[in-house]
Amino acid sequence: MGKVWVVAEQREGKLKKVTFEMVTLARQIGGEVEGVVIGKDVKGLASELGEYGVGKVYVADHPDLEQYTTAKYTRVLAELINKEKPEVVLIANSAQGRDFAPRTAQRVGAGQISDITGYEEGVFVRPIYAGKAYTKVGATSHPLIVTVRPNVFPAAEKTGGQAAIEEVAVSFMPEDLKAIVKEVVKQVSGRPELTEADIIVSGGRGMKGPENFKLLEDLADVLGAAVGASRAAVDAGWREHRYQVGQTGKTVSPSLYIAVGISGAIQHLAGMGSSKVIVAINKDPEANIFKVADYGIVGDLFEIVPLLTEEFKKLLKS
Amino acid sequence: MKLVVLLKQTFDTEAKIVLKDGKIDDSGVTLIINPYDEFAVEEALRIKEKLGQGEVVVVSAGSDRAQEALRQALAMGADRAVLVKTDGLQLDEMVVAEVLAKVLQQMEYDLILAGWRAIDDSSAQVGVRVAEILGLPQINLVTKLEVGEGKITGHREIEGGTEVVEVPLPALVTAQRGLNEPRYPSMKGIMQAKKKELKVINAADLGVNATPKVEIKEIFLPKGKQAGKIFTDEPAVAVAKLVKALREEAKVI
Repeated sequence: MGKVWVVAEQREGKLKKVTFEMVTLARQIGGEVEGVVIGKDVKGLASELGEYGVGKVYVADHPDLEQYTTAKYTRVLAELINKEKPEVVLIANSAQGRDFAPRTAQRVGAGQISDITGYEEGVFVRPIYAGKAYTKVGATSHPLIVTVRPNVFPAAEKTGGQAAIEEVAVSFMPEDLKAIVKEVVKQVSGRPELTEADIIVSGGRGMKGPENFKLLEDLADVLGAAVGASRAAVDAGWREHRYQVGQTGKTVSPSLYIAVGISGAIQHLAGMGSSKVIVAINKDPEANIFKVADYGIVGDLFEIVPLLTEEFKKLLKS
Repeated sequence: MKLVVLLKQTFDTEAKIVLKDGKIDDSGVTLIINPYDEFAVEEALRIKEKLGQGEVVVVSAGSDRAQEALRQALAMGADRAVLVKTDGLQLDEMVVAEVLAKVLQQMEYDLILAGWRAIDDSSAQVGVRVAEILGLPQINLVTKLEVGEGKITGHREIEGGTEVVEVPLPALVTAQRGLNEPRYPSMKGIMQAKKKELKVINAADLGVNATPKVEIKEIFLPKGKQAGKIFTDEPAVAVAKLVKALREEAKVI
């Protein structure tokens, strides 16, 4: 195995957790683990990667890279791949990674294996049909681009060390600058993103109305969790589309998924089935969700959820 | 305005996955338009309606059976359809993208729309690869789209928010849930769809020389789960037991 690259995911000058998860995967793959950092004023991040045992880090630091656009990132990464010829390039399967990875793959003539959740001796494991089945996929040529699902691999621990830092010359073609980002609207929420969250509390039709999601938000606040919703709750207009978990929504893999008032339609199970521990709270003992749940309480959610919030509060305070 | 929609036929979201000889068995499975592509079809129809002129062409790479999905898009209101038959070809996302791009190069387009991913393989690659081959700017995961003079503006979903991006036309856009609510075909639409053009091309005749860069070695089903622990005590006791189990047994809190 030659070079295995970890393309760092950073936001506002901080490395995202998935970056360290990719370092773990890169070590499993073997070969020389190297990093790529793209952005503005990001040299500090390159040395930080070095502390996690990454031997060499390529840094593309340019004022025009402060704002992400597909074309700019593709330009930088594709040129670097063509020059340095890594065998495997790991990119986060985030909104950003998903956007420039296939474009880069196409430009360098590479195959891509998307949204992987496992690795076994040269093949990558990934869910299809939103987790109703899995495939093992291998590359027939290199370079290979792999996008990695956040929250699946353990984050690498600090090993100490110093990376050799190589600055990359960045220059753009006129067509790279055609896309204009007019505005970035941030959701004002203290809660983690669904796809990154370690704990998710999700509500379904059993919530009976948008106002009752307050119960789930209270529980989520105690746990530092994200709040999701089933398709039924989204279709009823109680939650925005972006919070939908399921085959036509987000696919999530938190350590703990608490499904409240969710019956467990096959398309919902597909989106959350890879959660490590699933808890179901539903008044119908026959509900499908109990078939996949590790723990369950059969009962009235309006009674149980507030009790649960209190119980967690007690536990986490002590 | 010339609008092209890339459309894939997929299993119904309710479909159960069954393996037969190590492959996914599609017998008896209801096939539908990939839900994200349906948003793309709807958006193209709305743009045409709003402008009062234009053409919506739906293009699919797949087997003969994909004609059903294309007919449905025609019944929704698309003007004509193209099926590129890929039977017997070795495919990966790159090859499919090369095939589609080859067909698109023979067409006129101002805007190409596609779903951001298909719900079956969920690779989320083909649309973006097509944009790269054709040298088009892209806006991915769009939840709102405004067509201007020679440009489009898309609101795209990003982690923790929304980004508003403007690109010049021609361009490629991928649709995300929230963009619109796809219409159902009307009876009139279904009758008209039968008379609309559905051109069938063999991918093998297109002279695409890309070969797959990745290959599926194995398909398997996830292990069935053991029955979980259900606490049936009165609520306060059940909750206490659950929290204890999550901390001491599952160790997730």
